[in-house]
Amino acid sequence: MHKEIVIRVCMGPGGIAAGGKEVLGSFREHLLKAGIFAKLKEKCSSHQVGCLGLCARDVLVEVHINRNKTVYQYVKPDMVERIVSEHISGGKPVEEWLADDTFKTFYGKQMKIVLADCGKVDPEDINSYIYSGGYEPTREVLTSWIPDDVIDEIKTSGLRGRGGAGFPTGLKWELARRSKSEIKYIICNADEGDPGAFMDRAVIEGNPHSVIEGMIIGAFAIGSNKGYVYIRAEYPLAVERLKIALKQAYERRFLGKNIFNTSFSFDIDIKLGAGAFVCGEETALIASIEGQRGMPRPKPPFPISKGLWQRPTVINNVETLANIPYIIRKGAGWYSSFGTEKSKGTKVFALTGKIRNTGLIEVPMGISLREIIYEIGGGIEGGKALKAVQTGGPSGGCIPASMLDLNVDYESLAKAGSIVGSGGMIVLDEDNCMVNMAKYFIQFTQAESCGKCVPCRVGTKRLLEILERITKGQGRDGDIERLERLCNGVKNTSLCGLGQTAPNPILSTIRYFREEYETHIRDKKCPAKVCKDLLIYSIIEEKCKGCGTCMKACPSGAITGDKKKPHKIDPNKCIRCGACFDVCKFKSVGRD
Amino acid sequence: MIKLTIDGKLIEVPAEKTILEAARIAGISIPTLCHHPKLTPFGGCRLCIVEVKGIPRLVTSCTTTVSEGMEVLTSTPDIEDMRKFVLELILSDHPNDCMVCEKSGSCALQELAYKYDIRENEFSGERRIYTKRDGNPFIERDLEKCIMCGRCVKVCDEVQGVEAIDFGNRGFNTKICTSFEEDLDCEFCGQCVAVCPTGALTGKLWAHTGRLDDVKEVNTICPYCGTGCNITVHVKDNEIIRVTSGKETWNEGWLCVKGRFGYKFVSSPERLTKPLIRIVPKTKGKPEVRSQKSEVKKQKEDNFLPITHYSSLFREASWDEALDHVAAKLKEIKTKYGPDAIAGLSSARCTNEENYIFQKFIRAAIGTNNVDHCARL
Amino acid sequence: MNDILLNIIEKYRKKNGNIIFLLQETQEALGYIPKQAIDLFSEELNIAPSRIYGVATFYSQFRLKPTGKNIIVACCGTACHVKGAEKIINGLRKGLELAEDEDTTPDGEFTLEEIACLGTCSFAPVVLVNSAVYGKANINALLKKIGSKRKKSA
Repeated sequence: MHKEIVIRVCMGPGGIAAGGKEVLGSFREHLLKAGIFAKLKEKCSSHQVGCLGLCARDVLVEVHINRNKTVYQYVKPDMVERIVSEHISGGKPVEEWLADDTFKTFYGKQMKIVLADCGKVDPEDINSYIYSGGYEPTREVLTSWIPDDVIDEIKTSGLRGRGGAGFPTGLKWELARRSKSEIKYIICNADEGDPGAFMDRAVIEGNPHSVIEGMIIGAFAIGSNKGYVYIRAEYPLAVERLKIALKQAYERRFLGKNIFNTSFSFDIDIKLGAGAFVCGEETALIASIEGQRGMPRPKPPFPISKGLWQRPTVINNVETLANIPYIIRKGAGWYSSFGTEKSKGTKVFALTGKIRNTGLIEVPMGISLREIIYEIGGGIEGGKALKAVQTGGPSGGCIPASMLDLNVDYESLAKAGSIVGSGGMIVLDEDNCMVNMAKYFIQFTQAESCGKCVPCRVGTKRLLEILERITKGQGRDGDIERLERLCNGVKNTSLCGLGQTAPNPILSTIRYFREEYETHIRDKKCPAKVCKDLLIYSIIEEKCKGCGTCMKACPSGAITGDKKKPHKIDPNKCIRCGACFDVCKFKSVGRD
Repeated sequence: MIKLTIDGKLIEVPAEKTILEAARIAGISIPTLCHHPKLTPFGGCRLCIVEVKGIPRLVTSCTTTVSEGMEVLTSTPDIEDMRKFVLELILSDHPNDCMVCEKSGSCALQELAYKYDIRENEFSGERRIYTKRDGNPFIERDLEKCIMCGRCVKVCDEVQGVEAIDFGNRGFNTKICTSFEEDLDCEFCGQCVAVCPTGALTGKLWAHTGRLDDVKEVNTICPYCGTGCNITVHVKDNEIIRVTSGKETWNEGWLCVKGRFGYKFVSSPERLTKPLIRIVPKTKGKPEVRSQKSEVKKQKEDNFLPITHYSSLFREASWDEALDHVAAKLKEIKTKYGPDAIAGLSSARCTNEENYIFQKFIRAAIGTNNVDHCARL
Repeated sequence: MNDILLNIIEKYRKKNGNIIFLLQETQEALGYIPKQAIDLFSEELNIAPSRIYGVATFYSQFRLKPTGKNIIVACCGTACHVKGAEKIINGLRKGLELAEDEDTTPDGEFTLEEIACLGTCSFAPVVLVNSAVYGKANINALLKKIGSKRKKSA
């Protein structure tokens, strides 16, 4: 009997971090040792695939025997031998290492379009993508469609930009098509700068050809012959896989001159970003590709009329482009059957923070936050209470636990004071301080401000200063109002999206967690016990066994006491590092 | 031509004009700091924000071009509120030392702070502190007063073509600097000084000489070369303390290092004020007449030339005597050796008209074509 | 060093590159961007040094000082922040005995860098030691690891 065996090892961002490479190597070694490669010839393949989604359980390994799928979680290289001998040779899966039930709920509510082929195709092998139907949409479009058909199709699908602002993609293409110019450009924005979002990385690492295809189709629609992928240098693997994918696409003549023997020619170049969050902004990105400081310029004129080297330029985000081939393949009607009235299709979110199932998820627009957190995400880690969900990164806001039934789509999130953004979704529990979160984000935007316009350069600095003094117990009366006035000014007068949205995390936390701000300012207390300067450490005498562990751990010599007698903390010497709190086995260090 | 209304006033301006330009044509003023009519728009100071019907956000009028039927409001309570807000932010990161600032009285930022009546600053906080002083001889760079309008960077690139400075770093730490923040080492044309709206860039020679009080402005023409740039000399106590040039001059306010900073010669004690005629000593020994006192003194100090040196033997003369002397000598040479024994070399410091007369004189009066000009050397 | 830089200039001319490309190649080859490189590029390519310096100081990727032998990168992304990245960074700074405003140890062994987000949020907090990923980082284990590196090289 011939067995068809496919082993897929997750080599997404999470898989690699957890040791995916070693696991794959171990599989190859043990399969070879067991003679399975030899016996089954070509029928057995063990390969790397992109993100399988549930990064928290990495390394995830799928074993397919005659198309029956078994999933292992937390796989380490030394576990591979047993999986090979008992399961692949012996036919009996290793029960205790299998992914459990939450694994099923994780996938249950998801709807995968962009990520559908991530985890199935080998990102370094174009054939694998072609076998799954890849480049067929390109062939069809190039050989039998006219550009206006493509634009109509994308418009009908209702696809909106997945990078943040949610501008309708079809409309953008149409405007660029109407711009009169011999030369036009299409740029794929892969400068995923939002801290806490990694879907673009996963898509490029897992299925780079879908992005390339999206670019070819987009270029055809707007009439461009030259494209750039602007990608973060911090993602070396994504860059590597993209390079491989481009090379293979050129070899197959999906790129270059006269693609599919039509008159359409298209080239793609890679440009590496050099570490500037602001370059996710269209005009700054253009400046960066031109080799300048990434300082945005005022719009209008918009890039669709005057972009790269003053030519009409369309800039689409990775996820947006990756949707294109699937929309062409399955039809705009199919695509627009998902989602809400104004937000169609699906959206990929990076679900992280204090949640059980961290990972990449793709859900239909309009799904409720509750479903995402409690069904897909499996609830809060460690049985703590959910406090808020932060969406949209530094440009977004925090949605409080009381609004769990909110639908996740462009309009609803905007109404709640946040944004869909690039799709970061960070779950916060009772141990997270909202003032501290606001400070974190403004610290980030302040450091990433390009410095060109006054409100962003100076305004974000002032916002940070006020939040810093509040979290240090030096908040003043009227600081909340001062913050609000500053936020409002920065939002309304900043030059680009970075400054215009930078106040969002502050405004949304003031909106929903005003008392927490007040407690910090008035009572000089941090209810979540995060703001270190507001904490007072003391030893609870009844519980202290006098073991001396805390004394050893204290870096400032603030703890004194005799053996086996309750110790004491000198509040004047205490630097509030929390070392004693962390090391005490008897929970006898109080923190207030 | 494009028709639009600004503050309810219907105006017609050529296409490609920005809202700001259109407003200025119509005599409506909009405050700006980073805008300069001769430089490409920047859009960084955010003061020129206006409301355009149909656009949800306020737009900067310096970067937005006009379009047919556009309806613009340049001043509403909201807009003025935002302008004041931006000014407060700028001032929160600005030394409050107008009392001793060179620019006081001609500072665009000071003027706006006055207009918007900003006294207390609600947003005071950390201010950039730079202790390093630029060691160049001409341009004082007080970067703490820099508001990052970018005019100096643009003028250096777009007008002068030197690119000595650019933006460095980013965010709050953004700074206008040279490579590795070294001392300025450029042409020192001072165009950057001319366009700086604040006291960040001033002339080192100007320091503490006078600002407004008792300063007389005299319009004249730069004496340095035949280009004839229009300059304004600022005079106090009969001494030139500063040279500037207005935007409306034919040289558009641009000057070179000589015109802008080379004015000290005017009141130099070493300057010749009377013609001198060289005397050839017949016998060795002490000269009969000493050359100008100061020169002699300097030569003594420098131990540069012995006082009896041939070249230093001059005597003062009247203009009539000097000119007669030159005419007689030229005639003598011409008669003896012919006109081609004489050549004329004129100076770039003369005007066109003067140079014309000079060549006419050499050709017609002397009768030779041996005439040239120092600018050709 | 000059040969390396001239090679980069050659490549730049062939590829019709830009300043960022020049700087990335230089850093790749030399580990940082020396003043000498900026001066040479300026001379050979007729680009103002102030402009190159402006670009080099804008992007956080570029370093104008040499780094230590080992590079430790601590992620400060949101997920890492939520899971205590600050503690890790403070611990590393202390453990490495870094002076304030310095990111390289005086002995030139270690450079500590902070990065906005590595995109491995599921393993927060994340630290890279010479590009090996340490997910769910624990400060004591990390310091041990680093300590062993220091001993080895000593």
